[in-house]
Amino acid sequence: MARRRSIPRRFLLKAVSGAALLPFGHMAWAASADGDPPRLIVLLLRGAVDGLNVVVPYGEAAYYSARPTIAIARPGEPEGALALDGRFGLHPALASLLPLWRAETLAFIHAAGSPDPNRSHFEAQRYIENGTPGDSATPDGWMNRLLQVLPGRRDPTEALSVGPILPRILDGAAPSTNLPLGPNAARALPIDRPQIAAAFDRLYAGDDALDRAYREGRQARTELLGDLAREQAIAAGGAPPPSSFAARAGQLGRLLDGDPRIRLAFIALGGWDTHVDQGSHAGQLANRLRPLGEGLAALTQGLGRTWRDTVIVVLSEFGRTVHENGDRGTDHGHGNVIWVAGGAVRGGRIYGDWPGLAAAQLYQRRDLAVTTDFRTALAAILGPHLHLSDRQLDRVFPGAPPGVSGLGQLAGA
Amino acid sequence: MSSRYAGLLGAACLLLLLLPMRAGAADSDRQVIHVLNRLAFGPTLDDFNYVKLIGVERYVAEQLEPEAIDEPIELRFRLAQLTTLGLGAVELRGLYGPLRPVAGVKPSVDEIRAQQARARLVVREAAEARILKAVLSRRQLQQVMVNFWFNHFNIFSGKGLDRVWIGNYEDQAIRPHALGRFRDLLLAVAQHPAMLVYLDNTEDAAPGSPGARGAASGLNENFAREVMELHTLGVNGGYTQGDVVTLARVLTGWRVNPPGSEKFPEVAAIFDGTRHDYSPKVFLGRKLDARGRAEGEEALDILASSPATAHHIAYELAQYFVADAPPPALVDRLAARFLATGGDIRQVLQTLFASPEFWDSAGQKYKTPYEYVISAVRAAGVPVNNLRPLIGWMSRFGMPLYGCQTPDGYANTQQAWLSPNAAIQRVSFAIALAGGGLPIGALPVGGEDGAALLPHRPDPIDPAPLEEIFGASLSRSTRAAVEAAPGGLRAALIFGSPDFMRR
Repeated sequence: MARRRSIPRRFLLKAVSGAALLPFGHMAWAASADGDPPRLIVLLLRGAVDGLNVVVPYGEAAYYSARPTIAIARPGEPEGALALDGRFGLHPALASLLPLWRAETLAFIHAAGSPDPNRSHFEAQRYIENGTPGDSATPDGWMNRLLQVLPGRRDPTEALSVGPILPRILDGAAPSTNLPLGPNAARALPIDRPQIAAAFDRLYAGDDALDRAYREGRQARTELLGDLAREQAIAAGGAPPPSSFAARAGQLGRLLDGDPRIRLAFIALGGWDTHVDQGSHAGQLANRLRPLGEGLAALTQGLGRTWRDTVIVVLSEFGRTVHENGDRGTDHGHGNVIWVAGGAVRGGRIYGDWPGLAAAQLYQRRDLAVTTDFRTALAAILGPHLHLSDRQLDRVFPGAPPGVSGLGQLAGA
Repeated sequence: MSSRYAGLLGAACLLLLLLPMRAGAADSDRQVIHVLNRLAFGPTLDDFNYVKLIGVERYVAEQLEPEAIDEPIELRFRLAQLTTLGLGAVELRGLYGPLRPVAGVKPSVDEIRAQQARARLVVREAAEARILKAVLSRRQLQQVMVNFWFNHFNIFSGKGLDRVWIGNYEDQAIRPHALGRFRDLLLAVAQHPAMLVYLDNTEDAAPGSPGARGAASGLNENFAREVMELHTLGVNGGYTQGDVVTLARVLTGWRVNPPGSEKFPEVAAIFDGTRHDYSPKVFLGRKLDARGRAEGEEALDILASSPATAHHIAYELAQYFVADAPPPALVDRLAARFLATGGDIRQVLQTLFASPEFWDSAGQKYKTPYEYVISAVRAAGVPVNNLRPLIGWMSRFGMPLYGCQTPDGYANTQQAWLSPNAAIQRVSFAIALAGGGLPIGALPVGGEDGAALLPHRPDPIDPAPLEEIFGASLSRSTRAAVEAAPGGLRAALIFGSPDFMRR
């Protein structure tokens, strides 16, 4: 820790476009002295979270005129935003994240998003996951391509998706696994018994997709079962944990802390599509944000000392309209905010070029413009954090704008 | 050991000698299983023997005319016990919806809670009816198409009053048109209160119109966008953001009839002219006359008859019935048939089931969790008295029935469902089902939440009928693994085999 503290927290660096700023200094991302590997956790908020009410541009008069019933009040006013810097404030339901902000381990990149204008949730999520906005034919996800460029032997426990399905973001040639965390995660299954396992192993001895999935599942289970049981013992003295998001997030953190093989993790959370009665400081969105904030706090706690080697990125497929609609909600928009947290993140500040909310500054005169391509932001994080070269980053995000390839240098020494 | 090998060798030689004959028989079994895997939720022993008897072509023809097929008495008896099944949308809301003040007195917190608990019966019975029909109905293609269209026009039981309307939506809006005209299906869906709630159209109002107030004081684009993106044209179907706004204006006033309304108290969805935008509009390049409700129907007609819609629906049907990446030539033929018949779903399916692409695609689809669970129970041939374990497993597999939150519905592709965890969980399900470890045979006897069961001694499933159905069509490696296993594991291995994961 002392080593890191000695590095001056430098202000960041502009990408070629002048848009993106880098949350990282280069030294901070070397593996720590005891050789713990860097980790990446991606949280996708499916359904398009209203970023303008997450990181509130309270300095903009246009924000308040566009949102007569759902705006978050200015800091200092009743139920107001929690001041972050002189221009932006955090939704009050995310108060659990303030300690991270004050410790300068939480940052936001505002007005970030996909360059693709599509306002379909499903197309836009596909692009966020395949990492090639505008091209839905890309067969694999960017986290899988990331696995492929990481050094080391491929093993399904390297990438873990929380939940019963494997999302597109992890689709591809590199093995990965998925696990529905929760109270029953460590429960024994019949397949854990050698005789039964042997009989089923014979069924899946071939080499097609089903055979591979089965074998990856078996291997991950063999490798993670001990971790899960250990985690459970630590978490609750053996009692099953509750199934809330915070409980699962804490569980994931402890799992990563106990097993250096897990490099990447992914969680998706739905329910952000607030077309009607979104609420402001309280209400629908607040009721979703509160457990998310508590979950992130639990995750950082669960990570323990691994927190310093971890970066957590929270993103969504697009933002929502600047103006509230006729139903005190918001419709599908464009730019959003990306959240970045981690023990060595240069946090406590808002990155990105803020485009403003005046009518002429909006995208198609209705949405927050995108000034930082999400791939630029991700490459800026992955490059220094996972020690990736420009060429490797280009494999993760093929065809990304030139900002990406220049970012390795921009991280600077 | 050596004598066993010798025996195996001898058997192999015999097999070689018999190969031409055996291959013929096996192919026909494969065809029977193929047709039951696609038009039905997999074979039961009865259906397998029935289709072998009448032939696959006649079975296809029969399934396309479900009204002419008698349902088994067991299914009719079981459905008759579900008390909320035949209720209308207004009744459902009255009986199970939010309590309203009585003589000015608001219901207490306890009363509200009790009512919410009562309301859970409705979605539980809807799920039971859905599964019972999927397992027991002889109108299998109808059940397959109800499932298909439900996902195409998905709604979520967790959204507002949809918790009491979801079964009614399936029965009233989807089922009658599952093999009918697409236009009728689209209209029925768009006018059902469950869809108006789910995609927020009940809040869609022309700003400044006399009826615009409170939560519904302006436009809401949600339904308008999804109608075009998901229900009709498809995401690249040629509409613009401007068309989304226009359609939202066209559909202003399509709303839920509020409880206690004096106008049309017998219906739950109405056109409310006081919220409608009566200004002239241009939609997809066509001028619409301001005709109130008829204008909305005209817009939906434009969508239903668009070539982009024909292509989108054709693609989805071919993807469900043939392959995840369906052959483009087949999609084109289906789309042409759709346009030529005015969107007659039955005739599009007729073309599909007559196509070589369909017959050449056996085993190419990875089953969704729903299909996997239903097909396993059908093949097991055991009584299903208690559906909770099946509902629970669907959730564990990530596919809770009526629990898909997003309007795109559940996908039916391998990409969406195959995962390391799914592979292990399916094997666990197979072992539990085969070993009698799922209490599906236990009789429910009510109790709190209807969850109490009569004591029940589970019996392992007999592998013999399974081997009778699948014996000739299992892959060589699966057959070898099954034969090498102890008898107690054979049914589990068949249910858990790669062969059974596919349809």
